[in-house]
Amino acid sequence: MVLTGSQILIEALKLEGVDTVFGYPGGAVINIYDDLFEATAINHILTRHEQAAVHAADGYARCTGKVGVAIATSGPGATNTVTGIATAFMDSIPMVIITGQVPTPLIGNDAFQEADMCGITRPCTKHNFLVKDIKDLARTIKEAFYIARTGRPGPVLVDLPKDVQIAKLEFKYPDEVNLRGYKPTYSGNTRQIEKAAKMILEAQKPVLYVGGGVNLSAASEELLKLADLTQIPVTTTLMAMAAFPQRHPLALGMLGMHGTFYANMSVTECDLLIAVGARFDDRVTGRIDSFAEKAKVIHVDIDPTSIRKNVEVDLPIVGDIRDVLVKLTDSLTRQQEQVETLVEATEAWRDTIAEWKERHPMAYRHTKSTIKPQYVIEKLRELTNDDAIITTEVGQHQMWTAQFFEFTQPRTFLTSGGLGTMGFGLPSALGAQAAFPERQVIDISGDGSFQMNSQELATLVQYQLPVKIVILNNNYLGMVRQWQQMFFDKRYSQTVLELPIDFIKLAEAYGATGLQTSKVEEVEEIIRKGLETPGPVLMNFNVSREENVLPMVPAGRAIHEMVLAS
Amino acid sequence: MKHTISVLVENEFGVLARISGLFSGRGFNIESLSVAPTHDPDISRMTIVTRGDDRILEQVTKQLNKLISTIKVVDFTDEEFVERELALIKVTAEAESRAEALRIVDIFRAKVVDVTPKTYTIEITGAPRKIDGILELLRPMGIKEVVRSGPVAIGRGAKRDWTA
Repeated sequence: MVLTGSQILIEALKLEGVDTVFGYPGGAVINIYDDLFEATAINHILTRHEQAAVHAADGYARCTGKVGVAIATSGPGATNTVTGIATAFMDSIPMVIITGQVPTPLIGNDAFQEADMCGITRPCTKHNFLVKDIKDLARTIKEAFYIARTGRPGPVLVDLPKDVQIAKLEFKYPDEVNLRGYKPTYSGNTRQIEKAAKMILEAQKPVLYVGGGVNLSAASEELLKLADLTQIPVTTTLMAMAAFPQRHPLALGMLGMHGTFYANMSVTECDLLIAVGARFDDRVTGRIDSFAEKAKVIHVDIDPTSIRKNVEVDLPIVGDIRDVLVKLTDSLTRQQEQVETLVEATEAWRDTIAEWKERHPMAYRHTKSTIKPQYVIEKLRELTNDDAIITTEVGQHQMWTAQFFEFTQPRTFLTSGGLGTMGFGLPSALGAQAAFPERQVIDISGDGSFQMNSQELATLVQYQLPVKIVILNNNYLGMVRQWQQMFFDKRYSQTVLELPIDFIKLAEAYGATGLQTSKVEEVEEIIRKGLETPGPVLMNFNVSREENVLPMVPAGRAIHEMVLAS
Repeated sequence: MKHTISVLVENEFGVLARISGLFSGRGFNIESLSVAPTHDPDISRMTIVTRGDDRILEQVTKQLNKLISTIKVVDFTDEEFVERELALIKVTAEAESRAEALRIVDIFRAKVVDVTPKTYTIEITGAPRKIDGILELLRPMGIKEVVRSGPVAIGRGAKRDWTA
């Protein structure tokens, strides 16, 4: 069948199993949109900004595990996607971004709405393509999806000139991909895994340090099995808070800059650190030379560059997390007696951790006069279903959510960890709700972050995506204000938002429901009402203004040197 | 420590930018880089000279391997290899220094490829150290311009550095 380039793109998307795309039309993608007009198999959601389209595709990918797809036009449309792409890149989220490009004869001429997208996105994509010839189009789309979802996943950009969209060719979708420079290692080396089992069996104070890789290879169940078998405590990074049930007795919560006292102490004191799909980010390690300095380190990761990038490793295992965890658990199961000895030998270690936990539990001082942001999060946790999907923006509210929400199911916590993108939460919630229309989807936000993509209220209302938005409103850029309070003599330079926004009117202007309160006793009622109200609802809580996120490890300090809640 | 790395890449649009962008983006040092197609026109070979300790070199190698367009990375440092660089040197050669310049050219088995009444342009190939050597001897006469290609390298012996 002879098809145009834009028709080939749409047929290829269908063959890749894409049923939802997020995007924004423009001159250089008008042909694609013309064909989308009739393509009933693909549901297109029109956001109000291209950045939001990419975050929405990202949210969709994070909660489904599928490849998220976004479309934008050339020039400004394409450059607007960059923050979204960089966000996905830092958190290894599988995505394909299609951007229009000026016709090939005009490329390089500073044509209207021209931007060198392959140049601009080279450092923030896993790979990118400029399709200069329609003969390469079908193969390129096939490769883009393959690269996005395999190995360590990531965003792939396909830049599609307008004349290639218009050109015609017999459509044939390749059956397989052959990239001689790209052969990710999935299977963990058995000998290395046997060594890991031996190291685990010899440990007195082991800790599992778990990152976003567990989500990406859908290995939560395998992780739980390993932890249950060996009784090794589990600390999770921000990316992995939902990858291990936070109410499990072995759960230590988050580690690092705003980690729990007991997680940070456990890592500092452990004699074996088993890093699984985590990358020793600076927000996790604090001062690097004191991080887990008493421990031998096992590092499991699918990406060889993650290993020995920041810390020395005693035993590297390159492979898919699930594959490695299954093999490791199998090996240990075969050594049942030694495992029993291990569980006995590590009982004192778990007791020590329990003492730490008792001494400094995750807590905050509840008041009756002002709403504490942590209280709102606790109430929200009580009143939502276990499978509710929570997204956040970036800042204090994000850390409180990680600390207090106690996630229980994988892929229910979507947050920008690596890049730390304010404005991520609302559009990613939109994407998650499009993926799961029946589930509760809640964006926990601050009043600063919310205003970075608040235009997406329009998208929620247009498509009747019933996302609930919870704003923890302190009228500050709270996280920066906290740093200014603690390290800059309370000089609140440009962090006071001054203008109190009427968020109810804002919600209503878009046709959404707005609710708000400043009273502690009304919090529960507002949440109940907000969750019950059909359609998108914005709940604004005016919270205690100068509440801080604690514990906190000051920048440059070791993670056991925490400022604790009094 | 100095390392000579050979990188086999897909001979396609933008590959050089991917490689050089990787070095600049991650703060890796790049001393020289040369690139041209191999006998297989679909594959180009880059020779990169870089500096760094073992940990940095491990990252450089891994990051290069991670690029989708990279087919193979060979760090020659622990292997036997032949390394050659080409240089073109325009040197002042007037009256008393003309004969001396030719003597130096002869000793280094270089060639004069362009002559004017006031200058010689000298072509020399060899290991980078040899080129450093001739430059040192020519410097007193007045070097007007130097163009160096950066080294290219290949493993010694019968085996290939790579097979597609």
